[in-house]
Amino acid sequence: MLIANNLSKIYLSGGRPLTVLKEVSLAVESGGFLAVVGPSGCGKTTLLGLLAGLDVPSSGTVLLEGQDLGALSEDQRARLRGEKVGFVFQTFQLIPTLTAQENVQVPIELAGQRAGGPARGNGAPERAWELLARVGLDGREHHYPAQLSGGEQQRVAIARAFANEPKILFADEPTGNLDAATGGRIIELVVELNRELGTTLVLVTHDPDLAARAKTTLHLRDGSVVPAAAAS
Amino acid sequence: MRRLRFILALAWRESRASRRRLLLFASAISLGVGALVAIGSFTENLEKGVRSQARQLLGADLELGSSRPFSRNVQAVLDSLTRAGARVARRTGFSSMAYVRRTEGIRLVDVRAVDPGFPFYGDVVTSPAGRWPALDTARVAIVDTSLLVALSARIGDTLEIGNAQFPIAGVVSEVPGHVTGGFNAFGTQVYIPFRDVPATRLIVFGSRVRHSALIKFLDPRDARRLINRERPLFDRERVARQTAEDTQREITGVLDDLSTFLQFVGLIALLLGGIGVASGVGAFVAGKIDTVAVLRCLGASRPLVFAVYLTQAAALGLIAATAGAGLGVATQLVLPRLLRGLLPADVRFTLEPDVILGGIGIGVAVAVLFALRPLLEVRLVSPLQALRRAFETAPARTARDPWRLVAAGALASGVLALCMYRNEDPAVGLGFAVAIGLSVGILALAARLAVAGARRLTRGPHARVRWPYVVRQGLANLHRPRNQTRSVVIALGFGVGLLAALYLIQANLMRFVRTSTAAVQGRPNLVFIDIQRDQEQGVTGLVRSAGAPVLQVVPIVPMRISAVNGRPKEDLLRDTSRAAPRSWTLRREYRSTYRDSSVSSERLVGGAWWHGRGEAASGMPYPVSVSTDLATDLKVGIGDAITWDVSGVTVETRVVALREVDWARFETNFFAVFSTAALERAPRSYVVLTRVDDAGTRARLQRAVSERFPNVTSFDVALLQRTVERILARVALAIRFMAALSLGTGALVLLGAVAAGRLERIREGALLKALGATRRQIERILLAEYVALGALAALVGIVLAIAGGWAFTHYVFELRFTVPAPAMVAVFGATAVLVAVVGMTASREVFRRTAMEVLRDV
Repeated sequence: MLIANNLSKIYLSGGRPLTVLKEVSLAVESGGFLAVVGPSGCGKTTLLGLLAGLDVPSSGTVLLEGQDLGALSEDQRARLRGEKVGFVFQTFQLIPTLTAQENVQVPIELAGQRAGGPARGNGAPERAWELLARVGLDGREHHYPAQLSGGEQQRVAIARAFANEPKILFADEPTGNLDAATGGRIIELVVELNRELGTTLVLVTHDPDLAARAKTTLHLRDGSVVPAAAAS
Repeated sequence: MRRLRFILALAWRESRASRRRLLLFASAISLGVGALVAIGSFTENLEKGVRSQARQLLGADLELGSSRPFSRNVQAVLDSLTRAGARVARRTGFSSMAYVRRTEGIRLVDVRAVDPGFPFYGDVVTSPAGRWPALDTARVAIVDTSLLVALSARIGDTLEIGNAQFPIAGVVSEVPGHVTGGFNAFGTQVYIPFRDVPATRLIVFGSRVRHSALIKFLDPRDARRLINRERPLFDRERVARQTAEDTQREITGVLDDLSTFLQFVGLIALLLGGIGVASGVGAFVAGKIDTVAVLRCLGASRPLVFAVYLTQAAALGLIAATAGAGLGVATQLVLPRLLRGLLPADVRFTLEPDVILGGIGIGVAVAVLFALRPLLEVRLVSPLQALRRAFETAPARTARDPWRLVAAGALASGVLALCMYRNEDPAVGLGFAVAIGLSVGILALAARLAVAGARRLTRGPHARVRWPYVVRQGLANLHRPRNQTRSVVIALGFGVGLLAALYLIQANLMRFVRTSTAAVQGRPNLVFIDIQRDQEQGVTGLVRSAGAPVLQVVPIVPMRISAVNGRPKEDLLRDTSRAAPRSWTLRREYRSTYRDSSVSSERLVGGAWWHGRGEAASGMPYPVSVSTDLATDLKVGIGDAITWDVSGVTVETRVVALREVDWARFETNFFAVFSTAALERAPRSYVVLTRVDDAGTRARLQRAVSERFPNVTSFDVALLQRTVERILARVALAIRFMAALSLGTGALVLLGAVAAGRLERIREGALLKALGATRRQIERILLAEYVALGALAALVGIVLAIAGGWAFTHYVFELRFTVPAPAMVAVFGATAVLVAVVGMTASREVFRRTAMEVLRDV
């Protein structure tokens, strides 16, 4: 469950205030699929960052799984993300010094460490193997990101996003750096996992075909929500 | 021309975004340049001072010296000089006890009895001012400042030297011919009038006295003429000659050696900085691929792009080297103040343009040479990469790029040229280059092994240990793309290694000084020398009545060698073949003893001791034992005959025993040991060794002996030991300064490395935050990374230090080597903490940025 009320974000640019997001409100129910679309620079990424608690809004509130993000400290937000949120990025964002398996383990181990238990006791490697097998990468656990193709890297990123069984998955242009065929397979995978696990999905894209698969679509232009007709 | 202007303009504009970071890489060479300029300029200043003050340093044009009073023939030469208008001043130097009754203070001093008129050149500085001429008119003493402190005395107190009393008229802070201050281990100086020497009644049989004549010629060049004319006489009478030029040459020779060594360390610091530049530039270039690709798309040729970045490297090298030179000049300004009292001459501060420009030139050369290889990468960037960057993270490196070989060759010959530049002897320069190459090579290998070891331990499917996630992630960071682990480990490891090696050598020397001398129970710690035959009973009686044991009473008989195996000394001295004895063995005066067995500081290695008194049948030689080193240089062995001149009496001996002597032990050791029968009728003096643990009792015993037997000199070994330790500490200070400089360079390389990986770190920190990491977890990851880096550097440094320290202690000092483990653990810990603090401080930015960065592909 994700609710945003009157979210605004104002940056200072060269000493002058620059409004990138103007009073955006939205609601996604559990298991829902929201696509945020709009042209480059319309505030999509800023909105995603605010919804996931990566940044704080200038005004307005975000309720994520019943928690008011504005009431939490940075570390508390990080903890909430570790437990309930998954991410898939346009540029994959794998840690280059870790193998595929180790990358998938990162969120599990971060959570395990926080819980105070030793990382080895929580079955992190086994869970990582399972997830990698699920995204079709069994046998490539010990490869480093540089040894994987773009599509394979994004599949590792998806496995990592699902590692902690998140309630909500944020994906920022997940196919932006992939060719059409690979991108299509990646989206299939995300949608399938979404259906299987009942994860809420928030997807930022400017690909209309991709947006069409979502239950709800939010069109952004110059930081404001506009009706679908006006957007096209 | 227009092309050059374009390159310069583009280089300037293109550097805008990263000037500060680039400057940080380049600053690693600043300290090295600073050291070269400071040492070079200071040495030049000092040598100029020595050159202009050469006569003041000796106080005369020529000094003639001998351990015996000048013969009638030498005296005749001196008289003829006076008649010809030259001025001659006599000086007698000897050791004695000086005693102040009021404070009961007693101390071994170096007495210098001088004639009026000395010094002919230079000024004596006394306090109160102008007291020096008092020596011409009154029976007074002028003493070194440190003596007043040692005796708790003050000006006006009466100093007793032998049987004479001298009121202290003043203290002296500068005297030509003598460097005042801390380096005099065996005695502070006391100046008395030459005419009062007989009153002390100290010049007796066996006393070691230095007789000198100081001469000022009408024409200073006459010094050389006199030496040439009278050489046969001086040689025959064993008169040593020293001109002002000799003094200058000796001092500048020592200065050159010291300066060469320090500059060598400075050069290494500079080259470590160069390694830092290379790795910083490597990381910088990797981050510039986009820009280069765009420039190439817009039509820039490969040579142009290369020229733009090479210009940047050279410009930054120039800035960093100039800053370093400024630092060097500032240090040069401070050095004379720090070293006051230790310098042989007054140092006037002057700028040395060739040293400064040379230093800057070397700095720029090092920056460019080391930047060359990593900069070659920009030539390989394809314009295509502007279009598809995400997939092309590294430029494709062709297997054999001839330019890389050229760059490596340029670097190697550059380093070689640098090493040759300061050395007149090409072999020494080549040796330096090889030594540098070898040490950097070993460091690189050690660093590589250490990193690989850490990797194996924690990473991959075969990891032995499952470490907590934050530790594994931190260690993994050591291999992150564009990492500079190896260069940081090399640069820091070298600094740590140098510091630790110096510490180890010093600690082993100190331990040796302590265990070999007075600290060990039962070893003598108080030595009385110059005891006359009729005083032996009296001295041992005083020792016993003070409750102290008489550990040894050793007779000392002075003698010279007159023939070996029947060949007279004069004949042997003319023989220049390899089989002839070394000349020192024939010229020196031997102080020998007689006994019939080994003492604890020596070992019988050949032949056998005689029994009892070692009588010889009439006309037959007496048995003698020589030390192995004398046997080697005198070219004798068991069975050879040596003829000795003992106070005019010929004593024939045959070598029957060889002893290996540990000369470093502070005990009485002898080149030659005779049988009792051979020497018991010869004129002799005695040495008495005792041990008194309480310092107060020791001083009282010294006083009692000195009062009853003024000619007897005593050595307080504990005092001597402290002096030796102080000198060691001073010498170590200069070298430690250079080691700290290398460590400072290492820290700069570390800072540069952190700066180079800045973007990766921020990106990774943001990603981890997005994935749910708290600030604490990210801190721990970084901490693990830096502690591991520091630990690796410390490990490499300490291993090298132990290897180097062992080699030095074993081969140079020939001592047993031990590693003080707690100190090494402390060095290890301190390095890890230092690196962690520097790294964490430089990484603050990671925490300032929000997790949002991860979405905005910085």
